[in-house]
Amino acid sequence: CVNCHESEAKTEGKSELIPTIKFRHCCLLRNQRCITAYLYDRLLRIRALRWEYGSVLPTTIRFHMCAEELEWFNQYKKSLATYMRSLGGEEGLDITQDMKPPKSLYIEVRCLKDHGEFEIDDGTVILLKKNSQHFLPRWKCEQLIRQGVLEHVIS
Amino acid sequence: MADRLSDAGDLSEEEEEEEEEEEDVLTPAELIARLEEAWLNEKFSPELLENKSELVECVMEQLMHMEENLQRVRKGDLKASVHRMEIDRIRFVLSSYLRSRLQKIEKFFPHVLEKEKSRADGDPSFLSPEEFAFAKEYLANTEVYLKAVALRHMPPNLQSIDMLKAVPEPCLDSFVFLRVKERQENILVEPETDEQREYVVDLEEGSQHLMRYRTIAPLVASGAVQLI
Repeated sequence: CVNCHESEAKTEGKSELIPTIKFRHCCLLRNQRCITAYLYDRLLRIRALRWEYGSVLPTTIRFHMCAEELEWFNQYKKSLATYMRSLGGEEGLDITQDMKPPKSLYIEVRCLKDHGEFEIDDGTVILLKKNSQHFLPRWKCEQLIRQGVLEHVIS
Repeated sequence: MADRLSDAGDLSEEEEEEEEEEEDVLTPAELIARLEEAWLNEKFSPELLENKSELVECVMEQLMHMEENLQRVRKGDLKASVHRMEIDRIRFVLSSYLRSRLQKIEKFFPHVLEKEKSRADGDPSFLSPEEFAFAKEYLANTEVYLKAVALRHMPPNLQSIDMLKAVPEPCLDSFVFLRVKERQENILVEPETDEQREYVVDLEEGSQHLMRYRTIAPLVASGAVQLI
Protein backbone atom coordinates (compact mmCIF):
# COMPACT_ATOMS: atom_id res chain seq x y z
CA CYS A 1 0.00 0.00 0.00
CA VAL A 2 1.09 3.55 -0.60
CA ASN A 3 1.43 4.38 3.07
CA CYS A 4 4.09 1.76 3.44
CA HIS A 5 5.91 3.20 0.45
CA GLU A 6 6.27 6.44 2.34
CA SER A 7 8.38 4.92 5.09
CA GLU A 8 10.25 2.83 2.53
CA ALA A 9 11.09 5.89 0.50
CA LYS A 10 12.52 7.62 3.51
CA THR A 11 14.65 4.67 4.63
CA GLU A 12 15.91 3.75 1.17
CA GLY A 13 16.70 7.34 0.30
CA LYS A 14 14.29 7.51 -2.64
CA SER A 15 13.89 11.19 -1.92
CA GLU A 16 12.41 12.00 -5.30
CA LEU A 17 9.21 10.26 -4.23
CA ILE A 18 8.76 12.36 -1.11
CA PRO A 19 7.06 15.40 -2.72
CA THR A 20 4.55 13.07 -4.35
CA ILE A 21 3.89 11.36 -1.07
CA LYS A 22 3.49 14.66 0.70
CA PHE A 23 1.08 15.83 -1.96
CA ARG A 24 -0.94 12.66 -1.66
CA HIS A 25 -1.03 13.02 2.11
CA CYS A 26 -2.35 16.58 1.78
CA CYS A 27 -5.08 15.35 -0.52
CA LEU A 28 -6.02 12.63 1.93
CA LEU A 29 -6.14 15.13 4.79
CA ARG A 30 -8.35 17.39 2.74
CA ASN A 31 -10.68 14.51 1.98
CA GLN A 32 -10.79 13.64 5.66
CA ARG A 33 -11.66 17.25 6.49
CA CYS A 34 -14.40 17.38 3.86
CA ILE A 35 -15.95 14.15 5.04
CA THR A 36 -15.88 15.08 8.71
CA ALA A 37 -17.21 18.57 7.92
CA TYR A 38 -20.16 17.04 6.08
CA LEU A 39 -20.86 14.54 8.84
CA TYR A 40 -20.51 17.14 11.57
CA ASP A 41 -22.85 19.50 9.77
CA ARG A 42 -25.45 16.71 9.71
CA LEU A 43 -24.96 16.25 13.44
CA LEU A 44 -25.59 19.94 14.03
CA ARG A 45 -28.83 19.72 12.10
CA ILE A 46 -29.83 16.61 14.03
CA ARG A 47 -29.07 18.43 17.25
CA ALA A 48 -31.35 21.25 16.11
CA LEU A 49 -34.11 18.68 15.63
CA ARG A 50 -34.13 17.91 19.34
CA TRP A 51 -34.75 21.58 20.09
CA GLU A 52 -37.32 21.92 17.33
CA TYR A 53 -39.37 18.75 17.55
CA GLY A 54 -38.69 17.41 21.04
CA SER A 55 -37.58 13.93 22.04
CA VAL A 56 -39.57 12.03 19.48
CA LEU A 57 -38.68 12.59 15.86
CA PRO A 58 -41.20 12.27 13.06
CA THR A 59 -40.75 9.06 11.06
CA THR A 60 -40.02 10.92 7.83
CA ILE A 61 -36.97 12.47 9.42
CA ARG A 62 -35.85 9.29 11.14
CA PHE A 63 -35.94 7.66 7.73
CA HIS A 64 -33.19 10.02 6.57
CA MET A 65 -30.86 9.19 9.44
CA CYS A 66 -28.43 6.31 9.62
CA ALA A 67 -28.22 4.05 12.66
CA GLU A 68 -25.18 5.84 14.08
CA GLU A 69 -26.92 9.19 13.76
CA LEU A 70 -29.94 7.85 15.60
CA GLU A 71 -27.59 6.60 18.30
CA TRP A 72 -25.95 10.04 18.48
CA PHE A 73 -29.37 11.63 18.79
CA ASN A 74 -30.38 9.27 21.60
CA GLN A 75 -27.17 9.93 23.47
CA TYR A 76 -27.56 13.67 22.99
CA LYS A 77 -31.08 13.77 24.33
CA LYS A 78 -30.03 11.65 27.29
CA SER A 79 -27.17 14.05 28.09
CA LEU A 80 -29.50 17.01 27.71
CA ALA A 81 -32.16 15.43 29.91
CA THR A 82 -29.61 14.65 32.64
CA TYR A 83 -28.36 18.21 32.50
CA MET A 84 -31.84 19.75 32.64
CA ARG A 85 -32.89 17.58 35.54
CA SER A 86 -29.89 18.72 37.53
CA LEU A 87 -30.88 22.39 37.37
CA GLY A 88 -32.17 23.95 40.55
CA GLY A 89 -33.67 21.87 43.28
CA GLU A 90 -36.15 19.17 42.53
CA GLU A 91 -37.29 18.36 39.04
CA GLY A 92 -34.93 20.64 37.18
CA LEU A 93 -35.87 23.07 34.45
CA ASP A 94 -36.91 22.24 30.92
CA ILE A 95 -34.96 24.81 28.97
CA THR A 96 -36.34 23.61 25.66
CA GLN A 97 -39.53 25.42 26.67
CA ASP A 98 -39.91 29.20 26.92
CA MET A 99 -38.08 29.80 23.66
CA LYS A 100 -39.72 33.17 23.11
CA PRO A 101 -40.23 36.04 25.55
CA PRO A 102 -43.76 35.81 26.95
CA LYS A 103 -46.02 38.52 25.54
CA SER A 104 -49.34 37.62 27.06
CA LEU A 105 -50.81 35.13 29.44
CA TYR A 106 -53.40 33.58 27.23
CA ILE A 107 -53.37 33.15 23.49
CA GLU A 108 -55.86 32.31 20.86
CA VAL A 109 -55.00 29.04 19.13
CA ARG A 110 -56.53 27.05 16.32
CA CYS A 111 -56.24 23.32 16.23
CA LEU A 112 -54.63 22.01 13.05
CA LYS A 113 -55.16 18.35 13.66
CA ASP A 114 -57.07 16.12 16.04
CA HIS A 115 -55.06 15.76 19.20
CA GLY A 116 -57.62 14.42 21.63
CA GLU A 117 -58.07 15.68 25.17
CA PHE A 118 -55.81 18.27 26.71
CA GLU A 119 -55.83 19.16 30.38
CA ILE A 120 -54.93 22.61 31.61
CA ASP A 121 -53.78 23.64 35.07
CA ASP A 122 -57.08 24.21 36.79
CA GLY A 123 -58.30 20.75 35.78
CA THR A 124 -60.54 21.63 32.86
CA VAL A 125 -60.17 19.33 29.91
CA ILE A 126 -60.28 20.71 26.39
CA LEU A 127 -61.01 18.58 23.36
CA LEU A 128 -58.57 19.47 20.60
CA LYS A 129 -60.51 18.78 17.47
CA LYS A 130 -59.33 19.87 14.04
CA ASN A 131 -60.26 23.49 13.27
CA SER A 132 -61.56 24.21 16.77
CA GLN A 133 -60.36 27.45 18.33
CA HIS A 134 -59.46 27.91 21.97
CA PHE A 135 -58.22 30.57 24.33
CA LEU A 136 -55.53 28.82 26.32
CA PRO A 137 -52.60 29.63 28.64
CA ARG A 138 -49.57 30.40 26.54
CA TRP A 139 -47.11 28.22 28.41
CA LYS A 140 -49.22 25.15 27.90
CA CYS A 141 -49.43 25.62 24.15
CA GLU A 142 -45.80 26.27 23.28
CA GLN A 143 -44.84 22.69 22.69
CA LEU A 144 -47.95 21.88 20.69
CA ILE A 145 -47.44 24.94 18.51
CA ARG A 146 -43.91 23.85 17.74
CA GLN A 147 -45.10 20.36 16.90
CA GLY A 148 -47.65 21.76 14.48
CA VAL A 149 -50.72 20.60 16.39
CA LEU A 150 -51.88 24.11 17.27
CA GLU A 151 -51.54 27.37 15.43
CA HIS A 152 -51.28 30.74 17.13
CA VAL A 153 -54.04 32.95 15.78
CA ILE A 154 -53.04 36.58 15.70
CA SER A 155 -56.11 38.66 15.09
CA MET B 1 -40.34 44.60 36.11
CA ALA B 2 -38.12 44.05 39.11
CA ASP B 3 -39.94 46.73 41.14
CA ARG B 4 -43.22 44.90 40.97
CA LEU B 5 -41.52 41.95 42.65
CA SER B 6 -40.44 43.88 45.69
CA ASP B 7 -43.75 45.75 45.85
CA ALA B 8 -45.61 42.50 45.93
CA GLY B 9 -45.66 42.51 49.70
CA ASP B 10 -47.14 39.29 51.00
CA LEU B 11 -46.13 37.21 48.04
CA SER B 12 -42.37 37.60 48.16
CA GLU B 13 -41.23 39.14 51.42
CA GLU B 14 -40.44 35.75 52.89
CA GLU B 15 -37.69 35.16 50.37
CA GLU B 16 -35.50 37.90 51.77
CA GLU B 17 -34.55 35.96 54.87
CA GLU B 18 -34.13 32.75 52.98
CA GLU B 19 -31.46 34.00 50.59
CA GLU B 20 -27.83 32.92 50.79
CA GLU B 21 -26.01 33.50 54.05
CA GLU B 22 -22.97 34.67 52.09
CA GLU B 23 -21.52 38.15 52.11
CA ASP B 24 -24.65 40.03 51.17
CA VAL B 25 -28.25 38.98 51.28
CA LEU B 26 -29.90 39.75 47.97
CA THR B 27 -33.39 41.07 47.71
CA PRO B 28 -35.47 39.38 45.03
CA ALA B 29 -35.22 42.52 42.93
CA GLU B 30 -31.43 42.50 43.12
CA LEU B 31 -31.33 38.80 42.34
CA ILE B 32 -33.36 39.25 39.18
CA ALA B 33 -31.28 42.29 38.18
CA ARG B 34 -28.15 40.17 38.51
CA LEU B 35 -29.74 37.41 36.49
CA GLU B 36 -30.58 39.85 33.71
CA GLU B 37 -27.01 41.19 33.72
CA ALA B 38 -25.56 37.70 33.52
CA TRP B 39 -28.06 36.85 30.76
CA LEU B 40 -27.13 39.84 28.60
CA ASN B 41 -23.42 39.34 29.14
CA GLU B 42 -23.65 35.69 28.18
CA LYS B 43 -25.81 36.46 25.15
CA PHE B 44 -23.47 39.05 23.66
CA SER B 45 -20.11 37.64 24.61
CA PRO B 46 -18.35 35.54 21.96
CA GLU B 47 -16.86 33.19 24.56
CA LEU B 48 -18.26 31.25 27.48
CA LEU B 49 -18.25 33.37 30.64
CA GLU B 50 -17.73 32.40 34.23
CA ASN B 51 -20.24 29.97 35.62
CA LYS B 52 -22.87 31.46 37.93
CA SER B 53 -24.49 28.42 39.48
CA GLU B 54 -25.41 30.04 42.81
CA LEU B 55 -27.30 32.66 40.90
CA VAL B 56 -29.14 29.97 38.95
CA GLU B 57 -29.98 28.07 42.13
CA CYS B 58 -31.28 31.17 43.88
CA VAL B 59 -33.45 32.08 40.94
CA MET B 60 -34.88 28.56 40.75
CA GLU B 61 -35.69 28.73 44.46
CA GLN B 62 -37.32 32.09 43.91
CA LEU B 63 -39.43 30.70 41.08
CA MET B 64 -40.53 27.78 43.24
CA HIS B 65 -41.60 30.08 46.06
CA MET B 66 -43.52 32.25 43.67
CA GLU B 67 -45.28 29.25 42.16
CA GLU B 68 -46.22 27.99 45.62
CA ASN B 69 -47.53 31.37 46.64
CA LEU B 70 -49.50 31.57 43.45
CA GLN B 71 -51.30 28.33 44.28
CA ARG B 72 -52.50 29.86 47.52
CA VAL B 73 -53.97 32.98 45.96
CA ARG B 74 -57.65 33.01 45.13
CA LYS B 75 -58.21 32.25 41.48
CA GLY B 76 -59.39 35.12 39.32
CA ASP B 77 -57.58 37.65 41.46
CA LEU B 78 -55.86 40.22 39.26
CA LYS B 79 -52.65 39.98 41.24
CA ALA B 80 -52.43 36.32 40.28
CA SER B 81 -52.15 37.02 36.56
CA VAL B 82 -49.56 39.71 37.10
CA HIS B 83 -47.48 37.32 39.15
CA ARG B 84 -47.95 34.52 36.66
CA MET B 85 -46.52 36.82 33.99
CA GLU B 86 -43.67 37.64 36.34
CA ILE B 87 -42.90 33.97 36.80
CA ASP B 88 -43.03 33.36 33.05
CA ARG B 89 -40.69 36.26 32.35
CA ILE B 90 -38.13 35.19 34.92
CA ARG B 91 -38.29 31.63 33.70
CA PHE B 92 -37.73 32.84 30.15
CA VAL B 93 -34.66 34.85 31.13
CA LEU B 94 -33.23 31.95 33.10
CA SER B 95 -33.89 29.45 30.30
CA SER B 96 -32.42 31.80 27.73
CA TYR B 97 -29.31 32.28 29.86
CA LEU B 98 -28.79 28.55 30.25
CA ARG B 99 -29.46 27.95 26.56
CA SER B 100 -26.84 30.55 25.59
CA ARG B 101 -24.31 28.76 27.74
CA LEU B 102 -25.19 25.35 26.41
CA GLN B 103 -24.96 26.56 22.82
CA LYS B 104 -21.50 27.94 23.42
CA ILE B 105 -20.42 24.78 25.18
CA GLU B 106 -21.56 22.72 22.20
CA LYS B 107 -20.02 25.08 19.69
CA PHE B 108 -16.59 25.21 21.31
CA PHE B 109 -16.61 21.91 23.14
CA PRO B 110 -12.93 20.88 22.84
CA HIS B 111 -11.69 24.34 23.85
CA VAL B 112 -14.12 24.63 26.73
CA LEU B 113 -13.03 21.26 28.10
CA GLU B 114 -9.37 22.10 27.65
CA LYS B 115 -9.80 25.40 29.45
CA GLU B 116 -11.55 23.77 32.36
CA LYS B 117 -8.99 20.98 32.64
CA SER B 118 -6.04 23.34 32.62
CA ARG B 119 -7.31 25.90 35.06
CA ALA B 120 -5.64 26.26 38.42
CA ASP B 121 -7.48 25.14 41.55
CA GLY B 122 -8.13 28.62 42.89
CA ASP B 123 -9.56 30.07 39.70
CA PRO B 124 -13.30 30.36 39.25
CA SER B 125 -14.69 27.64 37.04
CA PHE B 126 -16.29 28.27 33.69
CA LEU B 127 -18.43 25.16 33.78
CA SER B 128 -20.68 23.86 36.48
CA PRO B 129 -20.09 20.17 37.25
CA GLU B 130 -23.22 19.30 35.28
CA GLU B 131 -22.11 21.39 32.31
CA PHE B 132 -18.71 19.72 32.45
CA ALA B 133 -20.34 16.30 32.39
CA PHE B 134 -22.52 17.40 29.48
CA ALA B 135 -19.51 18.69 27.54
CA LYS B 136 -17.58 15.46 28.10
CA GLU B 137 -20.52 13.37 26.96
CA TYR B 138 -20.93 15.57 23.89
CA LEU B 139 -17.26 15.09 22.97
CA ALA B 140 -17.40 11.34 23.51
CA ASN B 141 -20.65 11.01 21.58
CA THR B 142 -19.31 12.95 18.60
CA GLU B 143 -16.01 11.07 18.54
CA VAL B 144 -17.75 7.70 18.69
CA TYR B 145 -20.03 8.74 15.84
CA LEU B 146 -17.25 10.02 13.56
CA LYS B 147 -15.16 6.96 14.23
CA ALA B 148 -18.00 4.55 13.54
CA VAL B 149 -19.20 6.22 10.37
CA ALA B 150 -16.04 7.48 8.71
CA LEU B 151 -12.74 7.31 10.49
CA ARG B 152 -12.47 3.57 10.80
CA HIS B 153 -12.69 3.26 7.03
CA MET B 154 -9.76 5.55 6.50
CA PRO B 155 -6.07 4.65 6.18
CA PRO B 156 -4.48 3.88 9.56
CA ASN B 157 -2.59 7.14 9.90
CA LEU B 158 -5.75 9.20 9.37
CA GLN B 159 -8.02 7.50 11.83
CA SER B 160 -8.02 10.21 14.47
CA ILE B 161 -8.95 13.85 14.50
CA ASP B 162 -7.49 16.50 16.76
CA MET B 163 -10.68 18.18 17.93
CA LEU B 164 -8.81 21.20 19.24
CA LYS B 165 -7.62 21.92 15.72
CA ALA B 166 -10.77 20.84 13.93
CA VAL B 167 -13.26 22.91 15.91
CA PRO B 168 -12.79 26.69 15.56
CA GLU B 169 -12.06 28.76 18.63
CA PRO B 170 -14.33 31.60 19.75
CA CYS B 171 -13.48 34.83 17.94
CA LEU B 172 -12.38 37.14 20.72
CA ASP B 173 -11.81 39.99 18.30
CA SER B 174 -15.47 40.37 17.49
CA PHE B 175 -16.95 43.73 18.36
CA VAL B 176 -19.41 44.11 21.20
CA PHE B 177 -21.55 46.95 22.52
CA LEU B 178 -20.99 47.77 26.14
CA ARG B 179 -22.06 50.18 28.85
CA VAL B 180 -19.59 51.24 31.50
CA LYS B 181 -20.65 50.64 35.10
CA GLU B 182 -17.42 51.61 36.85
CA ARG B 183 -15.07 54.24 35.55
CA GLN B 184 -11.97 52.77 33.94
CA GLU B 185 -8.76 54.56 33.03
CA ASN B 186 -6.15 53.86 30.44
CA ILE B 187 -7.70 50.98 28.63
CA LEU B 188 -5.32 49.92 25.88
CA VAL B 189 -7.34 49.67 22.68
CA GLU B 190 -4.53 49.37 20.16
CA PRO B 191 -0.96 48.56 21.17
CA GLU B 192 1.92 50.61 19.94
CA THR B 193 3.31 49.47 16.62
CA ASP B 194 5.71 50.97 14.09
CA GLU B 195 2.89 52.65 12.21
CA GLN B 196 0.79 54.01 15.05
CA ARG B 197 1.06 55.26 18.57
CA GLU B 198 -0.75 53.32 21.21
CA TYR B 199 -4.44 54.11 21.41
CA VAL B 200 -5.61 54.41 24.99
CA VAL B 201 -9.04 55.46 26.23
CA ASP B 202 -10.67 56.26 29.51
CA LEU B 203 -14.10 54.77 30.01
CA GLU B 204 -16.50 57.11 31.75
CA GLU B 205 -19.23 55.70 33.95
CA GLY B 206 -22.50 55.39 32.06
CA SER B 207 -20.95 55.78 28.64
CA GLN B 208 -21.58 53.28 25.87
CA HIS B 209 -19.02 51.95 23.44
CA LEU B 210 -18.45 49.55 20.61
CA MET B 211 -15.16 47.75 21.08
CA ARG B 212 -13.35 44.52 20.41
CA TYR B 213 -14.28 41.95 23.02
CA ARG B 214 -10.65 40.99 23.65
CA THR B 215 -9.87 44.46 24.98
CA ILE B 216 -12.58 44.51 27.62
CA ALA B 217 -12.89 40.80 28.45
CA PRO B 218 -11.46 41.15 31.97
CA LEU B 219 -13.81 44.06 32.63
CA VAL B 220 -16.83 41.93 31.79
CA ALA B 221 -15.62 39.23 34.17
CA SER B 222 -15.16 41.74 36.98
CA GLY B 223 -18.50 43.41 36.40
CA ALA B 224 -17.04 46.80 35.49
CA VAL B 225 -18.85 46.85 32.14
CA GLN B 226 -22.13 45.43 30.97
CA LEU B 227 -22.57 44.05 27.44
CA ILE B 228 -25.67 45.33 25.69
